[in-house]
Amino acid sequence: MSAPQRFLERLPARRGDEPSWVAARRQAGAARFEAIGFPTRRDEEWKYTDVRRIADGDFGLATHADYDRDQFESQRLALDAYQLVFVDGRFNAELSDLEGLPAGASVQPLSQAIDQDAEAIGGSLGRLAGVDFSPFTALSTAFADEGAVIRLAPGTVVEKPISLVMLSRANDVPVMSHPRVLIMAGANSEATVIEHYLGEEEAANFTNVVTEVLLERGAIIDHYKLQEASLSDLHIASIHVDQTRDSRFNSFNLSLGGALVRNDLVADLNAEGAETGYNGLFFVQGRQHVDNHTLVNHNAPRTFSNENYKGILDDRAHGVFNGKVYVKRDAQQIEAYQNNANLLLSDRAEIDTKPELVIYADDVKCSHGATTGQLDEEAVYGLRARGIDEPMARALLTLAFAGEVMEQVKLHAIAERVERAVAGRLPERFNLADLVETAEAVQEA
Amino acid sequence: MLEVKNLHVTVEGKAILKGLDLTVNAGEVHAIMGPNGAGKSTLSAVIAGKDGYEVTQGSILFEGRDVLEMEIEERARAGLLLGFQYPIEIPGVKNIYLLKAALNAARAARGEGEIPAPEFMKLVREKSAEMKMDPSFLQRAVNEGFSGGEKKRNEILQMLVLQPKLAMLDEIDSGLDIDAMKVVAQGVNSLRNADRAILLVTHYQRLLNHIEPDRVHVLVDGRIAKSGDKSLALELESRGYDWVVEESAA
Repeated sequence: MSAPQRFLERLPARRGDEPSWVAARRQAGAARFEAIGFPTRRDEEWKYTDVRRIADGDFGLATHADYDRDQFESQRLALDAYQLVFVDGRFNAELSDLEGLPAGASVQPLSQAIDQDAEAIGGSLGRLAGVDFSPFTALSTAFADEGAVIRLAPGTVVEKPISLVMLSRANDVPVMSHPRVLIMAGANSEATVIEHYLGEEEAANFTNVVTEVLLERGAIIDHYKLQEASLSDLHIASIHVDQTRDSRFNSFNLSLGGALVRNDLVADLNAEGAETGYNGLFFVQGRQHVDNHTLVNHNAPRTFSNENYKGILDDRAHGVFNGKVYVKRDAQQIEAYQNNANLLLSDRAEIDTKPELVIYADDVKCSHGATTGQLDEEAVYGLRARGIDEPMARALLTLAFAGEVMEQVKLHAIAERVERAVAGRLPERFNLADLVETAEAVQEA
Repeated sequence: MLEVKNLHVTVEGKAILKGLDLTVNAGEVHAIMGPNGAGKSTLSAVIAGKDGYEVTQGSILFEGRDVLEMEIEERARAGLLLGFQYPIEIPGVKNIYLLKAALNAARAARGEGEIPAPEFMKLVREKSAEMKMDPSFLQRAVNEGFSGGEKKRNEILQMLVLQPKLAMLDEIDSGLDIDAMKVVAQGVNSLRNADRAILLVTHYQRLLNHIEPDRVHVLVDGRIAKSGDKSLALELESRGYDWVVEESAA
């Protein structure tokens, strides 16, 4: 049996009352996935990322969504948020909390949305992430029956963040999940959505998530993806964004966990005034592998994008950054800025970085740059000259490197958590967490 | 406290210091003056352990310890601090991180525990007020985007927090307007006490109107050509350096 067949064999029997469009798409997804199979390194898009660890695996499907509440409470973000909680892809109603959600905002598990609001979501689900995008979106289309659907009526402003918590459990047999996230932001609506991946330390599951974000005129979405899953988890994600006039999408892609993490970000700026911000930070150690593929399509004049991705790589970790900016013919007066900087803490760490600009218009402002290097030795000396020993000096400078991305993070709880995680994982463990705390205390005093 | 004997230093093969002797006792303020290129900055840089300076002869003792055998950070922890002529920018590292990490490192070297957070907060707020620095500076990256004057004030702030035994200040007055100079001089003067020594490296006498030295040394061609009290600085101000150069050549 081929690898795709082995995966597809796990497809559950479908309920008889499933809407026919859902069944048809599943079949299309399965057929596509079976035909193309898993990508290999011969595929340009997967040149640096080997997915055999996934393809050779045997993953079941979770049979329940239980998760210890105390453990969950100790792990969750210290943040007042509406939250939907999923465990190995299954919805956990007990841990979820949507109390106080404003009228005009609807947040539902996908299963419920399919049952109750098929008409409203049918046209949008899968519109941006078709089965042709990648083998993994095809696989997702075949399997997906759970996830989150967020709909904002025009003018709705959701003040508190909406947190989608995706927990991965340490199972006897590894499982796979294929969550879908669909965000439909009506005209001039605003919300912050967090996808938070975490779980039990021994978890070794496969998550294949697809997120689609549709922004109507003037809508503003801040999207956080915080990857803190176990160091054995395998994670494939794609985020697809469709923007109309004057809409703003801000992505924060913060990746600390996982054995293998691949993120694809695609934003289509389809009308004047649309703006996209891509902010990324990853910190990998051991043999972790993180691959970020980003794409911004400037399909209309006077659209704006700004991208800043930073990577910190230690031990034998491997990072990939492939950032593409595409400016369509006659998409004049666009602005596109891209920056990628990587810090190698070890001689054996590796980064493959490839910024690409493809421009078919002549009146544009674009810049891109990629740097990879070690710490600034002059700065190391500056710290040592004040009595700080060398490992601590290097730790401080590494934290500072990450800080440039974290400064853009508007949610303090996330910035603080990531800063502490970086501080706590530095090669020489000093009391940096304590320093961070003091700095915060002084600021608040 | 500090004893420099027959110090010879080369930079990229070129002899800069050629047999320099200097003794600084606790409680004293010394000014090292001299024409450009005489080796003024080299002296403080060597004591602080900056890269690129080769000591070919001589010794530096600080409280009886062989400074040249100590790591850069050990020197700082022992109480030897250099305020840079061109303060180093440390991208992204907040001032407050540097101050706390440095202070705790010095305390640990003395066998003391970490400073309690409230005490530290009080200390840094007080000292930044003394240097007329807004507390927001504490949250900013060390010297990043600071004006020349802000950088110099920041160097003194570090001294005020870390309380070195020997504070060496290299051209701390360069690039300062008169108001900033007063603030910096006030900061330096507040460091003066019976247990501490201060070594000022300066080209101009004007700083010494604000920080009165006990001893003034004129460095010419890698050696101390003349030493005196503060009146020597005034003489240099009115007569320039040439006469000392000629005298030492004779």
